[in-house]
Amino acid sequence: MSTFWSIWISVIVLGTVFGCWWLLYATRKGQTTDTETNKTVGHSFDGIEEYDNPLPKWWYYLFIATCVFALGYLALYPGLGNYKGLLGWTAENQWQAEMQQADARYGELYAKFGDTPVAELAENDDAMKMGQRLFANNCAVCHGSAGRGSLGFPNLTDDDWLYGGDPDTILTTLHQGRNGNMPAKGTMPGMTSEQVDQVVNYVLSFSDRAKDEEAAAKGEQVFAQACVACHGQDGKGNQAMGAPNLTDNTWLYGSTYEWIKETVVNGRANQMPAQGDRLSDDQIQILAAYVYSLSN
Amino acid sequence: MKHEIVEKNLGLMIVLIIFTISGGFLAEVVPLFFLDETNEPVEGLEPLSALELEGRDIYIREGCHVCHTQQIRPFRAETERYGHYSVAGEFVYDRPFLWGSKRTGPDLARVGGRYSDAWQRQHLYDPRSVVPESNMPAFPWLFENRIDHTSTESKLETLQTLGVPYTDEQVAGAPDEVRGKFEIEALVAYLQQLGTVISDKR
Repeated sequence: MSTFWSIWISVIVLGTVFGCWWLLYATRKGQTTDTETNKTVGHSFDGIEEYDNPLPKWWYYLFIATCVFALGYLALYPGLGNYKGLLGWTAENQWQAEMQQADARYGELYAKFGDTPVAELAENDDAMKMGQRLFANNCAVCHGSAGRGSLGFPNLTDDDWLYGGDPDTILTTLHQGRNGNMPAKGTMPGMTSEQVDQVVNYVLSFSDRAKDEEAAAKGEQVFAQACVACHGQDGKGNQAMGAPNLTDNTWLYGSTYEWIKETVVNGRANQMPAQGDRLSDDQIQILAAYVYSLSN
Repeated sequence: MKHEIVEKNLGLMIVLIIFTISGGFLAEVVPLFFLDETNEPVEGLEPLSALELEGRDIYIREGCHVCHTQQIRPFRAETERYGHYSVAGEFVYDRPFLWGSKRTGPDLARVGGRYSDAWQRQHLYDPRSVVPESNMPAFPWLFENRIDHTSTESKLETLQTLGVPYTDEQVAGAPDEVRGKFEIEALVAYLQQLGTVISDKR
């Protein structure tokens, strides 16, 4: 803050305090006694008159006390421009102190768990209690409070993983997030609606649910052209790129003909937001163990 | 000074009242108009794109700011939940600011990137489908209405006049950026950038 504004603020603040003080004295002038009199201010409206008595003493001294309090407060806390106050208080260092206090209390606990391998941590009841709370606060909004997911949000309790369910992969997913992207019509932008029907039937045939066997048979060729790059020749997917396994009858976006058709025609884009910038490494370690424990 | 003089001269009384009540404003508010701390953008702050700006107007139209604040106070309870506390420099391009004053829903100052686009859309279409205990209203019409692009250019122009550093190309290209888009796209774009200029790495 420039000197000008510092002085500007100080003058107004102190001026206000002393102004109040002056007003108090000025209006009390000549009324030094506390005794009530019958003297009125002199006017009469419809027979209503106004007494001219001084403020009761206790009241008067309370006003004085507020002025004294204000000066004391201004000496201790930053209220006068650039003056920092005797206590050196700032909103930021109050926050820092709160954080340090919490760190002293919980930091050790987090650090202890943060150094434990995920699989081992998943066996630790205390860590899992913490994990459950972290999960409820940060993950449940999408994956559900039981981790079972919903349409478009993966179920974490089964053994089906888009990117892999080993501890290291879970940690990577949590730290960096994931970006899933299935292009519309896969790698075959020119897919006709007949071919869409065929490939959907072929995908359904992986779980023996083809509506039209003939179309499904023709769909194999379309699949080879449009889908194998990610989902593989056998449709078992590819965890390195997050391409789902199409043969296990576990579906992220609905399993019916209509849903799969929608997925093929318009593609899908989804993200798992990165948590590395939001949670500490120790917290992520505990969360990873909790997620790991859901299916192990 | 006698009471009578003040009480019987209305003009004088008005002047004295204004003088008395302006003390707080002059000391607490006026200096902020001139301080670097409150007027300089934080490093990396960019003006909203045309789409995000339209999203912001939808945010205002639907009254999101009535239930959601956009200001994280420097308390541990808040920074643990929402991320780094808000700083003045993040809001220098906000006209008007949307800090809000009441939290029926959570603070949104750093909601950007916290959830996926798909989640945001799902949640705005039917909040209870993803958060069963939520009492937020649903906004299904955002998925049907298209953005009115006719006033986008003048919105950017106005902000430019007020000192938001839009380039002339950005202003001229604004209508094309939003033409034909659905309102939900604009709102999600706006939400997804909120607070992302400061990383809350701890």
